[in-house]
Formats: sequence, C-alpha cells, structure tokens
Amino acid sequence: MDAMDYRGPNRVRVARKPVPTIQHPQDAIVRVTRSCICGSDIHLYHGLVPDTRVGSTFGHEFCGVVEEVGAEVENLKPGDHVIVPFNIACGQCHFCQQGLFGNCHESNPMATAVGGIFGYSHTAGGHQGGQAQYARVPYADVGPVKIPDWMDLDDAVLLTDVVPTGYQAAEMAGIQKGDTVVIFGAGPIGIMAARSAWLFGAGRVIVVDHLDYRLEFVARFGPAEVYNFKEIDDMAVFMKRQTDGLGADVCIDAVGCEATGSALHTLLGIHLKLESGSALALHWAINSVKKGGVVSIVGVYGPTGNMIPVGNIVNKGLTIRANQASVKRHLPRLIEHVREGRIRPRELITHRFELRDISDAYRIFAGRLDNIIKPVLLPNG
Amino acid sequence: MAPDHTRLPARRTGLADPSSIPGWGVDAETRNDPTWPMRDRADSPGADWPHPVPQQGGAEVLQSVEYKARPAVYGLGPQPRGLSGAMRRAAFRFSESNWWHWLLLLGADRVDMVEGIGSDLATGRVPNLPAETGMAAAWKHDARGQVLKWGAIAAGIAVVVMARNRRRRA
Repeated sequence: MDAMDYRGPNRVRVARKPVPTIQHPQDAIVRVTRSCICGSDIHLYHGLVPDTRVGSTFGHEFCGVVEEVGAEVENLKPGDHVIVPFNIACGQCHFCQQGLFGNCHESNPMATAVGGIFGYSHTAGGHQGGQAQYARVPYADVGPVKIPDWMDLDDAVLLTDVVPTGYQAAEMAGIQKGDTVVIFGAGPIGIMAARSAWLFGAGRVIVVDHLDYRLEFVARFGPAEVYNFKEIDDMAVFMKRQTDGLGADVCIDAVGCEATGSALHTLLGIHLKLESGSALALHWAINSVKKGGVVSIVGVYGPTGNMIPVGNIVNKGLTIRANQASVKRHLPRLIEHVREGRIRPRELITHRFELRDISDAYRIFAGRLDNIIKPVLLPNG
Repeated sequence: MAPDHTRLPARRTGLADPSSIPGWGVDAETRNDPTWPMRDRADSPGADWPHPVPQQGGAEVLQSVEYKARPAVYGLGPQPRGLSGAMRRAAFRFSESNWWHWLLLLGADRVDMVEGIGSDLATGRVPNLPAETGMAAAWKHDARGQVLKWGAIAAGIAVVVMARNRRRRA
C-alpha cells in the first residue's frame, strides 16, 4: 500500500509499505477514506517529539471502512464505515473505566504519561498512522464509532480529533454562563474551542493569533472577537484592559509548543531544544486570566520542561486543567451537535490532497501558506 | 550510569488506618472536584482490571521502566536499528521523569535521520530532498519568503567566506 513516510525533520514522502495485518484478537484493519494532517503532526514533522523514528507513518485523524476484524471483535464487521478516535483505548483499565480514554494504560508500552495514539511517534506507542491506504486499529470494539448514514465524511473525519479536542478545551475550562473566554490560537482546535465555548454558555469569546486570515475565519465561524498579537505590546495588560482590569474568567491554550511571538522562547525551545518548544501561549494564558480563574490546555507539548510563570499560578490561585481529548466520551454528544447544525466541522476544510502530494501538503500546512486552515488527505483517491 | 530501579528504600512507618484519624473525611465535598467529568471515581476498578490478552509477535518493544506490567498492545512502527537503536535502548534504562531519557531519544532521532539517508543510498536510492521537503509548494505559495530565506543563507555564507579570506590574507 501507499503510506506517508517520515525521513527526518521537514522531510516526508510516499513509500510502498505492507498492508497491516491483524496482530491482536481485538484488532481491525481499516481502509482509510479520509485522513487529516493535524497541527500537532507539524511538531513531529519539525522533529520536536522524541522517539519519532525514520520510516514512521503519521496520521491520527482518520475514518475508513472496516476490511477485517480480529477474533474477539463483536461490534464491528467488514463494510462498516467508522470514525476512528485518535486515542487508542482498551476500555477496561483503571483510566478508561473513568472515561479517561486518552490515558489508557494498555496501549503504549513506551510511556506511561500518554496512552497510545495513532501515528504519533514511539513515545505514543509506535502505532502506525492513518496517512496511508490502510491502518491497523487496536481495540476495535472500544474506540471506533459507526458513521451515521446522514453524516458527511468530511464532518466525520473532523470528529476524530479537532472537534472533540476543541470541545474538551471548553469543557475543562468549567465555563459558567456569562464568562469571558480568551482562546490563544486560531488554528482548527482554537476555532472549535471558540464555537464550543458558546455551547457551554460563554458570554464573550475572544481569540488571539497572528494570522489575519485565520482570525477572519474564526470571527465569522465562532463567532468571536479577534485580535492580532502582533498589534499588541503586552498581552496581560491588553487583556486586563479588555476585562475591567480583572482578567478573563477562562483562558484556553490552543497553540502548544510551537508558539511564535517570543524570540527568547523560539531560541531556547525551538532551536536549542533547551525547553520543550515555545510555551508563549501558555505564558500569556496564565498572566491574562483573572485570579481564581481557569487555564485549560489542549495545545501539545513535549515531555520535558517549559519556562512558564509557575509563581503566578500559585499567587493567583489558578486552576490548570489539561488532557488529550477523551474522544470516545464526547462522540455521542458531538454527533448530536452536528446533526442539529450547532457545529459544522467541514467548513474548516480548505485544502484536499492526494497521498502522492504529501510532501507539498506538509510544507504548505507547516508554513501556513495559501491561507490553509485544515488539509484533508484522500489516501484511496 | 543508569539507575537501578529494583532498589527501593525501606518503608519507615506502618500504613495508617484512615478511620483511626479523628475527623477523617468530615469536610469531604463531592462537588469540589475539579476533575469532573474527566474522572469518575465511582467507577474506578483500581489496579486490578481484567487485562486484555497480550499482543504476540517478535517485535522489539522498548518499555518504560515505570510500568508494572507490559500494556497489552503496541505499535509495529520502525524497529530500533544501528547506533540510533543503541541510543534508544540506553534511553529506556531511565524513567520518563529523567531528562536523559528524552535527550537520548532526541539524539537518537537525529542519528536515525542520517542512518536513513545511508540506508537509502545503500539500496541505490538517492533521497530527493527538494521533493521531500515540498520545495516546489514553498516556491509556489511563498516565493518572497523563499527569496528572503535563501538570500539570508547566501549572505551568511558570503560573510563567513569573506572573513576567512581576510584572515588568511592578514
């Protein structure tokens, strides 16, 4: 089969690889019909995630048709078209039983801090991803959900990560009716967090980024007040002036470890790798939220350390909440939101690529070129 | 030297019985739970859930020393190889809490990249770096940025060459 093939930082190509086979009685093999490149794939592409091995296939956002199932799979059969959550979850362990499907203890021998994730380095279990014609899906009875007949495939593929992660960002923020919510990052996750904040009762939603075309999109899609941080001298002062001098009730970090805007963080984190990328958005979130407020983190960071103002977290009495989205837990509600038209995920898709154009797709998305918001791959045409 | 994870300090006190502590739990408030609804303590199976059957196969799985038992499934991504593989094996002697673990893995990733070029060449394939880095797309959508980037690189090289030449002449 054809599959994306990582060759080192900023280098990817298409390679011929063996079609995956059943390795465990709870496996399924899925023929991929839609697959996305995620903003967090760009951290892999840039070589920022440890144990990203040459020859890996990325891709944790995909849906597809079940081709084969293992002996213990009962809920799926060949021909079922399924949404495949990005996290691999056994459904039985201490964490899955508590709804923490992003923290499964039975899917990643390489690290305890994160459950298995498709195509996200050996630090996340070494599972090959869905930017390929076929993918092996462990614990097929637990994660995958059949796509309803009425659902568009473009909506379905965005329910594997983008929508639930944005939704969980708003959920973890504990938004109360009337709250002012500030979201750092107008990528697909930030856009979905803005939309979701209204579903939880926000009274005001503000989004900050430096790319005007994305700010224009979220201003309409969210909707949201938007600000370009290049026009702001001091983020904390600006946000306090926007919020009666107190700060926002909630700040959401939807950027993660490649935040632009600070030469110091870029030098230390991106170039010298002395911290786990650049945590500027998190820094701003901590300093822009009000005392006693909540900072919700869904931006992806590496496993080492970052420079953030911990003292301010203590002195302001902040609650920090963070996790990989528990996709399976959210899917029933999110499918309902899509059906009722409260969320229209496919509007995020701006680009479509054949798998053979994977190198260009990564370059365009990583460089934020051609006004790209969300690229979708069509691995089987 | 990697730490010996089998060596544990002796427990210095006995386990306390909570019910013997005056006032234990009198201020417990279930609504004061910032983990809700991420975590439902009522359904916690403790550490004794029915483990899935383990995945079979001969793949080399580098396992975190923080696990008590191996998780049932794992990915079949690229296996450790060569020098980078040796570095990865060394990294897994340290816990995820130890910086050596991650620094060795990041170092192994860079070595792996070079080994990847070597294995390409060994099979008669010359890596097409312009294509693999999406150079055509970058020129198509960001010609100005490319001109600036490559201009800056060329200028940097020119400055270094000129400085060397001047030093030689002096």
